Amino acid sequence: MVEIKVPVVRNILEVNERLAQENRKIFDEKKILVLNLMSSPGAGKTSVLERTAEALQGRYTIAVIEGDIQSSLDAERLQRKGVQAVQINTDGACHLDSNMVRIALESLQLDFVDLLVIENVGNLVCPAEFNLGEHHKVTILSVAEGDDKPAKYPLMFQISSVLLVNKIDLLPYLDCDLDVIHQRAKELNPLQHIFDISCRTGEGLEAWTAWLEAQIQEKKNLP
Amino acid sequence: MAIAQSVLDIVLDECRRHHMETVDRIHLQVGALAAVVPEALTFCFQVVAQGTPAERAVLDIETVPVVVRCPLCGDLYEMEDRLDMCPRCGPVVSGLSLISGREMTVMSIEGRSKNEGA
Ligand SMILES: [Zn+2]
Repeated sequence: MVEIKVPVVRNILEVNERLAQENRKIFDEKKILVLNLMSSPGAGKTSVLERTAEALQGRYTIAVIEGDIQSSLDAERLQRKGVQAVQINTDGACHLDSNMVRIALESLQLDFVDLLVIENVGNLVCPAEFNLGEHHKVTILSVAEGDDKPAKYPLMFQISSVLLVNKIDLLPYLDCDLDVIHQRAKELNPLQHIFDISCRTGEGLEAWTAWLEAQIQEKKNLP
Repeated sequence: MAIAQSVLDIVLDECRRHHMETVDRIHLQVGALAAVVPEALTFCFQVVAQGTPAERAVLDIETVPVVVRCPLCGDLYEMEDRLDMCPRCGPVVSGLSLISGREMTVMSIEGRSKNEGA
């Protein structure tokens, strides 16, 4: 027996990254727009999904991969809106990885899907570290969580192309400054699209779904 | 669990490449911002490594501090809390660049091989 020590220096995330690229290839071949939806628990991921599904109903076909450990009922709620949904059991993990998404893809009929939303585990830290092969990362922040969130969890806001500021109907009752959220988020990522919305009143949802529709259309029109 | 599996994949890959029979020690660098709990990673690794040449390997996890560069004076400073300020310029709201703190790297592995030529 010979004892050996070998220098390796390999990024632990490289395995995830490779699988993410494979997922991305599948999405692009099928011309499906894919979103990675992230937020803390209770920010309204499922409500946003329901509202978005309603707005696009009849025009686009949507599928959802649910990775939220807290909500086993969500899949049923969405299926009632005509959305194909599959739930991933994360075994308590704090985020989804590319491999879990790959496995979930096998139980979806992707041929006629225009939009696939991957609902990540409710958590503002870990999901930010893992690419899943998506085209856009979308963060939902509810105003009830406070305007200090972008400063506390900068990575999440840096990497997201869209920020949905949800529950704005609650603003009169909260000590939360919408301008502060916008300003901090823009500092972290000047290219980020920000939509202020309320899933309860429907305010602001039109701008968000219009943006989304443009992205879906662009993906479908690719050669 | 996914991180532990990724560590194992890399270790077994290197193990084959260097004809190692067993892996005794794995040196990892994990950034303080990477949100990895060393005890949890060690536990998960023991679970996924069962029945592989790395099942008895010790994980040597080194935490890399968060170091940022101040956009005003250009100095590097360590950030233990997100609200820590530049020792020279005070609070800096934007433009900080991250020098270290997000890495997750397998640095080296130690083990034993049968044939001397390996
Ligand atoms: Zn300074």
